[in-house]
Amino acid sequence: MTVDKPSFHSSASDTDTVKPQEQKSWVPTLLIGIAIAYLALVQYIPAINVFFQAFSKGVGPFLSNLTRADFLNAVWLTFLLAAISLPLNTVFGLCAAWAIARHKFPGRAIILSIIDLPFSISPVVAGLMIVLLYGRQGWFGPWLQANDIRIIFAFPGMLLATAFVSMPFVAREVIPVLEEFGKDQEEAARTLGAKDWQIFLRVTLPSIRWGLLYGLILTNARAMGEFGAVSVVSGNIADQTQTLPLFVEDAYKQYETEAAFSAAVLLALLAVVTLVLKEILERKTRIKDVE
Amino acid sequence: MTTVSPSLEVEPKKPFWKKLARVPWTWRITIGYLTVMLFIPIIAMFLKAGTEPPSRFWAIATSDIALSTYNVTFVTAIFAAFLNGIFGTLIAWVLVRYDFPFKRVIDATVDLPFALPTSVAGLTLATVYSNNGWIGSLLAPLGIQQISFSRTGVAVAMIFISLPFIVRTVQPVLQEMEHEIEEAAWCLGASQWQTFWKVILPPLFPTILTGVALGFSRAVGEYGSTVIISSNTPFQDLIAPVLIFQRLEQYDYSGATVIGIVLLSISLVLLLAINFLQAWARRYDSR
Repeated sequence: MTVDKPSFHSSASDTDTVKPQEQKSWVPTLLIGIAIAYLALVQYIPAINVFFQAFSKGVGPFLSNLTRADFLNAVWLTFLLAAISLPLNTVFGLCAAWAIARHKFPGRAIILSIIDLPFSISPVVAGLMIVLLYGRQGWFGPWLQANDIRIIFAFPGMLLATAFVSMPFVAREVIPVLEEFGKDQEEAARTLGAKDWQIFLRVTLPSIRWGLLYGLILTNARAMGEFGAVSVVSGNIADQTQTLPLFVEDAYKQYETEAAFSAAVLLALLAVVTLVLKEILERKTRIKDVE
Repeated sequence: MTTVSPSLEVEPKKPFWKKLARVPWTWRITIGYLTVMLFIPIIAMFLKAGTEPPSRFWAIATSDIALSTYNVTFVTAIFAAFLNGIFGTLIAWVLVRYDFPFKRVIDATVDLPFALPTSVAGLTLATVYSNNGWIGSLLAPLGIQQISFSRTGVAVAMIFISLPFIVRTVQPVLQEMEHEIEEAAWCLGASQWQTFWKVILPPLFPTILTGVALGFSRAVGEYGSTVIISSNTPFQDLIAPVLIFQRLEQYDYSGATVIGIVLLSISLVLLLAINFLQAWARRYDSR
């Protein structure tokens, strides 16, 4: 992350010079101070604490925590959940974005809000809904039991929960890009005889690639980090249905604070990578805007 | 889905199923996925709640323990969202209007709560704000004791989780606001304070409220960080999502569903409120 480059969107840079002189000079300093102090209390100190606690007894204990069998299983499960829900949500997100951005129809705003719903539904309620459908007493419960299919307290249920909470990101990031990009080039390609999939691959996809990538990164972060919905449907069985976020909580409750923080560091690194990639992608799209 | 594209309405004589066959496959995937993932689960939940007689539903929804969790969840979330409404607006203001070292880094890290898994947030907040933690030990001599494992801790977790919603909602609007209006106010002799209260704040107010509502709705539903930082003691710091979880653990499906319906209904109402607020904020654009 380079900080020395001027930001492309900063409205401050061109307006600062025309500020009237009666502006008191201590006001900005005070406000910046308050803002940073608040952020430090709420975000920075807790974030630094994760790394401090994980390495407080040196790298040795940290590494030995990382080689525990239940920990490695949690890592594997977390990756697997993200790896499956990512393509699912990408296909849905692209289709939804295309359908919404390319058609004007009544109730468009409602559909947009519906797609955002998983964000405003509490993860625990999301998990509860899945239990009510696929659990023993749920709608599909008797049928699933008769056919010996386990969804709740097993991987499929966790996948449903993960896919649910990370559903809207791709659609949400792609819709504005698609709208801004317009239909002209696609229509031009169509008149030149291109097929639908050719138009998608050669014209649409290149133009939405940064928005799509941005959505994918956010989907991945949420999918790997989801706790509430997954913990409701997983049963949280160590070594079997425990993802990394569940491992963190479980270890903490068993008073294995060090193990909890060792796993937390991995998830915090995921967050750092997410933020850095997000920043890079935001700059890419901004540079394009300036051009 | 007859209104999907105008071409479908040109031939009104065709039967419904033939029209359905001409619906683009992008629409079919969208609606299909939404149905399986979203509509059926929501309907299942409402139907499950509907099997309870209304009197029993009401009794569960307004039982003492449920009422105390609403109190902890909603009152604390309102407090957290309003505090962030003030400080989040201030942070957005500072990021848009002033230049200072590490501004880009600070701007980027505002999104940390989006990226950091909630269980990690709960774990580290509980540690930092515990009585011998980095911040908790500093606050203890000031008389603010026992932040972690109490309602104050729940508030801290909610503040953490909802801050970016307010900053990221206010920031773009502040950026697009025309500087000329402020300068005009200054030229007419208004003080900085007057300019802020009479010129900047009124058009910004709907946006701030939208951010506060978004933050509130996230704080109400938040589970991971709040469950770790609170002691989950009934009538003290037990939040509604944890109550649902506990009911499920006791195989009390109807109890869980009723509280779940209350939470879900509040999310839906908030969603409508947020849409309304955004429409209200947009009115200022068209002027």
